[in-house]
Amino acid sequence: MKRFAALIDRLIYTRSRNSKLALIVDYLRHTPDPDRGWAIAALTESLDFPAVKAGTVRTLLATRVDEELFRLSRHFVGDTAETAALLWPEASGKKADLSVSDAVDALAATSRSDAPAVVASLLDRLDADGRYALLKLALGGMRVGVSARLAKQAFAQAFDVPVDDVEELWHAIPPPYAPLFAWGEGRAERPDLADVAFFRPFMLAHPLEEESVDLADYAAEWKWDGIRVQIVHGGGETRIYSRGGEEISGAFPELVAAFDQDAVIDGELLVRGEVQGGEAASFNALQQRLGRKVVSKKMLADYPAFVRVYDLLAVDGNDLRALAWTERRRQLEAFVPRLAASHFDLSQVIDATDFDDLAERRAGARDAAIEGVMLKRRDAPYVAGRRAGLWYKWKRDPLTADCVMMYAQRGNGRRASFYSDYTFGCWSDAGELLPVGKAYSGFTDEELKWLDKFVRDNTLNRFGPVREVEKSLVLEVAFDSIHTSKRHKSGLAMRFPRISRIRRDKPAEEADRIATLQAMVT
Amino acid sequence: MAKTRTWIEPHPSGIHVKPADLWIDPSRPAPRAAVTHGHADHARSGHGAVFATPETLAIMALRYGVDAEASNNAAFAYGDGFERGGVRFSFHPAGHVLGSAQILMEYQGERIVVTGDYKRRADPTCAPFEVVPCDIFVTEATFGLPVFRHPPTSDEIAKLIGAVRAEPERSVLVGAYALGKAQRVITELRGAGWDAPIYIHGALEKMCQLYAVHGVDLGELRLVSETDKAEMAGQIVLAPPSALNDRWSRRLPDPVTAMASGWMRVRQRARQRMVELPLVISDHADWDELTTTISEVNPKESWITHGSEDGLLRWCELTQRKARALHLVGRDLEEEA
Repeated sequence: MKRFAALIDRLIYTRSRNSKLALIVDYLRHTPDPDRGWAIAALTESLDFPAVKAGTVRTLLATRVDEELFRLSRHFVGDTAETAALLWPEASGKKADLSVSDAVDALAATSRSDAPAVVASLLDRLDADGRYALLKLALGGMRVGVSARLAKQAFAQAFDVPVDDVEELWHAIPPPYAPLFAWGEGRAERPDLADVAFFRPFMLAHPLEEESVDLADYAAEWKWDGIRVQIVHGGGETRIYSRGGEEISGAFPELVAAFDQDAVIDGELLVRGEVQGGEAASFNALQQRLGRKVVSKKMLADYPAFVRVYDLLAVDGNDLRALAWTERRRQLEAFVPRLAASHFDLSQVIDATDFDDLAERRAGARDAAIEGVMLKRRDAPYVAGRRAGLWYKWKRDPLTADCVMMYAQRGNGRRASFYSDYTFGCWSDAGELLPVGKAYSGFTDEELKWLDKFVRDNTLNRFGPVREVEKSLVLEVAFDSIHTSKRHKSGLAMRFPRISRIRRDKPAEEADRIATLQAMVT
Repeated sequence: MAKTRTWIEPHPSGIHVKPADLWIDPSRPAPRAAVTHGHADHARSGHGAVFATPETLAIMALRYGVDAEASNNAAFAYGDGFERGGVRFSFHPAGHVLGSAQILMEYQGERIVVTGDYKRRADPTCAPFEVVPCDIFVTEATFGLPVFRHPPTSDEIAKLIGAVRAEPERSVLVGAYALGKAQRVITELRGAGWDAPIYIHGALEKMCQLYAVHGVDLGELRLVSETDKAEMAGQIVLAPPSALNDRWSRRLPDPVTAMASGWMRVRQRARQRMVELPLVISDHADWDELTTTISEVNPKESWITHGSEDGLLRWCELTQRKARALHLVGRDLEEEA
């Protein structure tokens, strides 16, 4: 754990990507299996110990530290794992180092009820840095700026193998990746994936910044507001992966059951909404289905999921990814009829005559499930990640409203010392300010400093970490859409709200009214 | 015995001692000010008369243009003091920086100690904290949360020396507050056997000279502005924290950015400062020092000011000690801790 803790610490304080890469390369080369595999899995958030949660740590801390002191400390530090690592009373006596794999084994084997005792015994064997590493390992949320992509590059560099091979193998082999290291070090053949329903890294898009593109080179499609998924059928099983390679098959059993072809598709998972006349419902409806481990019959009936298919990556044992989009599209159109129409449909190409026509259709799109337009280069293969010039996303212009800041809360992590989360409201007919949303992005670092100072200088009340402020600052809030919600007193909930401008010039009385926002509901 | 609340009054801008019409560490100009130590959040210019230790007066003369020789100002050695309006004032070592003092006030049989800032661990640059028995103990609480436990200073100094030796082609630039922290880091380095010249930012020069005049041996110091870049490879450079990520640092050979502060205990704090090598070295009491001190002083009541008052208040509650928080303003906790 010492080497791993030192690696984490250095990664935290290292800003340059190349230096981070060098640190990981060095670690991978000089650490034995299986510790290095577990470590890299932890860095990329690929580990999950269901029995150990932040609540476990809080419960555990309560047995050793006063709860109020823990709460105050947690609020100051901004991170549960770090707070606990610092607060944990040092065990006396000399400690033998605990290996990462011993820790992983102990955490994986424990039950929910034994978890506090197991974590306590591990913590007692470590110093403050080791405790931090262990708790981050157990709880996730490492936040050391190591993406899966960076880890794969480090692996490729450490063992001098092609990064594209690593990309593909990575998700097919579970931690601690022993066959991957054996291959990297030349001790074994490249692992064979023929019989595995493995994840292919997604092709992603850059935001469109050009004035226009030529539709002779780019095909246009609607960008649907669901979740991007990959469905893979292989080795006799079907798996659904989210964009990050996380498997979400369990939440959508009806799709797993309905996908019975030997193929790999890329598409948008949506929920069919009755109010939309059986068309795709808003993201709001889809949220009812996300993150569920067990899905009730009622859920399946009320929020039926389907996939709007964008792309075909493999079919009948052939990998199509190297083919141009035009050819993949041809095969996709031929393939989709083989799937159950109840659960799969084809994402239509927008047959705009030219870019201006496309712009007009984008502006006129009123469907709540449309997030914008995708532009895909017709001659481009399907490649992992964001590549310049191949795919663009062109989101719908956001809606905006002028709201009044009501409450502010300190951020987490890097923003622990700043009031960076703002609750804002609009005026009701009765002249009362009602909260309509909360945002913590959209501003520059300079603006954040200004906002933080505004909050501190205009505090009316403190409620724990929250400050109520003088209702005088107008914030222009941008959001993708707005929905009715029972959760808020205003009856409204925004999707993706962010601060677009600070309107110091505007008096609070002139901010928008709830009624104006209600008119924007989709 | 006098009733405390009738003769001493905490205000946001300082503590007012009414029978003497005197303020302790006022943040606004006052006719009479007793000053605990020379940091800018405690010592200001513009007071009618200043009462402090000779070192603190010298620091105030250097930093804020206070005339230490003027007849309205008065210097008192540790243990000495004066009387005004029936209140007896005396100065006692606080162990925070050179000249730092706790101020003891005695009035009609009641004793109140205002600590200013303090620490308990050894510091070769100043006299160690003395426990002064009192009825009311007005304590700082900069690190008044149990997450703050400063490691042994020698470990942090060893980390610093290790970092310099690990990359001899680079320099290590240590952000250290100009009054107190910088001189302490230098003397600790000397104590650990670092005999090479230590390179300093111009903003540290005069204060280092003042320390030397008061008998603190800092060894050979050289000004960065008068040194070739190449000479500083493999060497230690000290600068005020504000210079760390400033263009000034470009004159150093590929510096590793370090910072000496108690805040460095919290990773995200260190990250915010863009620090690569955090050194947990503080001139303020950590949690254990704060709680030990309250236990040892064992006052009838503790008044807790500037910092994490809530944490220390909670500890007092848990240990059944009477305590209250004062909300003083203008205390800058970020830079010099």
